Amino acid sequence: MAAWQAAVLAAPATLVPTPLQAVRAIVELAAKGLLFRYIVASLFRVTWGYLGALAIAVPLGMLLGLWRRGELAMNPMLQLLRPISPLAWIPIAILWFGVGDVSAMFLILLASVLPLTMTTVHAVHNIEGVHLAAGRNFGLSPRELVRSVIFPGILPQLIVGMRITLGIAWLVVVAAEMIAVNSGLGFLIVDARNAGNRYDLVVAGMILIGAIGVVLDLLMRKLERLPSLRWGYVAD
Amino acid sequence: MKVQFKQVGMSFGNVRVLEDIDLAVREGEFVCLLGPSGCGKSTLLNIVGGFLRPAEGEVTIDDEPVTAPDPRRIFVFQERGVFPWLTVEENIGFGLFRHTEEERRERIAYYVQLVGLRGFEQSYPRELSGGMKQRLEVARALAVNPDVLYLDEPFGALDSITRLQMRRELLRIWHAEKKTILFVTHDIEESVQLADRVVVLSARPGRIRRIVDIDIPHPRDLSDPRYIALRDEIFGEIGLAHQV
Repeated sequence: MAAWQAAVLAAPATLVPTPLQAVRAIVELAAKGLLFRYIVASLFRVTWGYLGALAIAVPLGMLLGLWRRGELAMNPMLQLLRPISPLAWIPIAILWFGVGDVSAMFLILLASVLPLTMTTVHAVHNIEGVHLAAGRNFGLSPRELVRSVIFPGILPQLIVGMRITLGIAWLVVVAAEMIAVNSGLGFLIVDARNAGNRYDLVVAGMILIGAIGVVLDLLMRKLERLPSLRWGYVAD
Repeated sequence: MKVQFKQVGMSFGNVRVLEDIDLAVREGEFVCLLGPSGCGKSTLLNIVGGFLRPAEGEVTIDDEPVTAPDPRRIFVFQERGVFPWLTVEENIGFGLFRHTEEERRERIAYYVQLVGLRGFEQSYPRELSGGMKQRLEVARALAVNPDVLYLDEPFGALDSITRLQMRRELLRIWHAEKKTILFVTHDIEESVQLADRVVVLSARPGRIRRIVDIDIPHPRDLSDPRYIALRDEIFGEIGLAHQV
């Protein structure tokens, strides 16, 4: 903080704000009622895009994890899609869904669905054979086996993947909002620069993005402390 | 006869694992399958458990051929077979999903008591010792009231003192519950301490070399001359001099 303040003071011509100016900008946003609105707008998009991705990725990942041939068939496509940055989809998203929430949510879904699917597939592969065997031995139907053995068996690994993916989703929402919508924290940053070089607002937006990212991560870490999940994280 | 192996043979690829296994196990009998590592004894247990289909021959239980795992016969793995995401109570109740809530509760309470896990009902397996986890797995198996138990080197991962205690526990439970038990081990002493009959298998491909009747009543005195004679007989059969 001190270094930041000193650096800005040493170069007075710079447009970069001091920490105090950035805080004042946050207060200004709050006073205008934009702070809450933008945060909610960004979280709303992340929530629905991310939940949509989970709804697709977990069943798909379980299917591919259990069904070797399906995995072999799908894997080349998944590997090809994986290195494509979700941001490369922005033109297509706008083409399909126009400028608006749906485009942003679609991009978040795209960014989240692959890592979540991969995590689920790997987690299914790592299930202990004896647990599956025990489940079958007690006469579980395939559906009961999924519910009572496979799902709880993959949950600890899945939650780690969910935490990392939520971080990615949060990165992507900011980028998506810079182009595809006109609200949210990403929009705030682009708009502040375009509308008169308000770099204090730009930095304020960055601080908010960072702080909310940390809070999301902490919430996900809380899940890892549930007693029925602890086994997945500690060696016994 | 409860369990019958008829001319059972098994191969994995080109590797011949089991050959010509003929064996009949009586109801309520405790039979140990004893043999060196890799002799196919675990494979044999997986076949009778319904997890593997034999390449030749068949296994019948109560004259019905075994084709798949069945909750009337429960397989007990080493202690890692318990579900780590369930508490002791939930593990024991795992197989009771077709029972009423009240029956479930009663059975769980009974088997918690039987295997000495009172006070640990709400604990997770990672909070238990190896011996406790093993007892938990036995309780989970017994709770569904199977008529046969398969145990695959169940005490192999335990220290030698716990192992002795677990054998005593298992015999106590066997007397109380009157199950037919097929127990795989590579430990000669263990087999002579536990079994009514010890089935000695040869190295791969596993064949039955001999079946030794252990005609000593329980509790068995480990310094009894008869115990020592039978033990040494099996040591000789496996081709080991009983000297360190």
